[in-house]
Amino acid sequence: MSRNRRTPDSLPPFERIVAEHGPGLLRFCVSRAGSGGEDVFQETMIAALRAYPELREPDAAGSWLFAIAARKVIDAGRSAARAPRPIGDPGGAIDAASPPLPPPEYDREVWTAVAALPPKQREAVGLRFIADLSHAEIGEAMGTSAEAARRNVFEGLRRLRVDGVGGVDGVGDLTEPAGGASHD
Amino acid sequence: MSSDRSTPTDPDWDAIRARLASRAEREGLLDVAVERHESPLGGLLIAATADGVARLGLPSEDEDEVLAELAARVSPRVLRASRPALADARHQLDEYFAGNRRHFGVDLDWRLTNGFRRGVLEATAAIPYGETGTYTSVATAAGSPAAVRAAGTALATNPIPILIPCHRVLRSDGEIGNYRGGREAKVTLLELEAGGR
Repeated sequence: MSRNRRTPDSLPPFERIVAEHGPGLLRFCVSRAGSGGEDVFQETMIAALRAYPELREPDAAGSWLFAIAARKVIDAGRSAARAPRPIGDPGGAIDAASPPLPPPEYDREVWTAVAALPPKQREAVGLRFIADLSHAEIGEAMGTSAEAARRNVFEGLRRLRVDGVGGVDGVGDLTEPAGGASHD
Repeated sequence: MSSDRSTPTDPDWDAIRARLASRAEREGLLDVAVERHESPLGGLLIAATADGVARLGLPSEDEDEVLAELAARVSPRVLRASRPALADARHQLDEYFAGNRRHFGVDLDWRLTNGFRRGVLEATAAIPYGETGTYTSVATAAGSPAAVRAAGTALATNPIPILIPCHRVLRSDGEIGNYRGGREAKVTLLELEAGGR
């Protein structure tokens, strides 16, 4: 299941990341941050562009982006609560100087296995366990129903177990807790 | 261009992307800006770094491959965006194809070529509009009269065709020779320049 064809210096052009994940990321940001959604989207993309040359696993780019976005949503909520802005102040709620986020931690062997999944399952599993999105949010991000998102996560996990990834250290993190859809 | 990834239909998407690109530019994160440009040859893809135009993709080239090449050889921070060097290049290309421009005054970034190949391309850039050179003459000008085949390779891998006019280099026996964008494109450009002389 080796998909490690790429070397670290052959990242795809960022343009492709935007084209593939941008629309879903924007939907996610708008659904989480409302009218501040585009600001969160822009903050996320700029932070991602800044850190992009250091990204070691291009196949994880979608999950990585959503993980950054999830933190930007929280940052935006905190700033807004701390310092409410006058209505009409564009985009002030987010600190433009916040430091770039490092890529989220993940187990490389596990990711190699995840990367070999069919695209929709790979995306859904990454969003669930790297970006920590709920099934409803995964559905928004991928443009599917929450139920379809749940199935993609389920099928992806099932396939990982069939492939024997269950024995790899760290894959415990890839097990849905009982009632794992609790925050749907 | 051979591929055109389907783009979202949301009318706001283009505006949101444009805001992303201009902020990336302001923050110094836009290493390579690329734009499509329609021409009589077909769709061109033009890429500019902060130093100038570094790459011009001809219609015969796969757009995704050109973008991947830029990501690998210049920087992965590649975005579709405008930039003054691109606006200049597009305007001057329009004038050129209309027969109203004989010389390009666009900043070029030569980083995608080096060594002997760069020497060949610099010699090629010195061939005036409406005139032609030969593989032997550009090899000689680059300092290696015997390296005719290597000169051919340099021209075949010219990163900035049209702006570096490799179409003006013909075989010594008068045959038109190969062209990165195909023989037909080379003929079109030579006829354009013959008519505008």
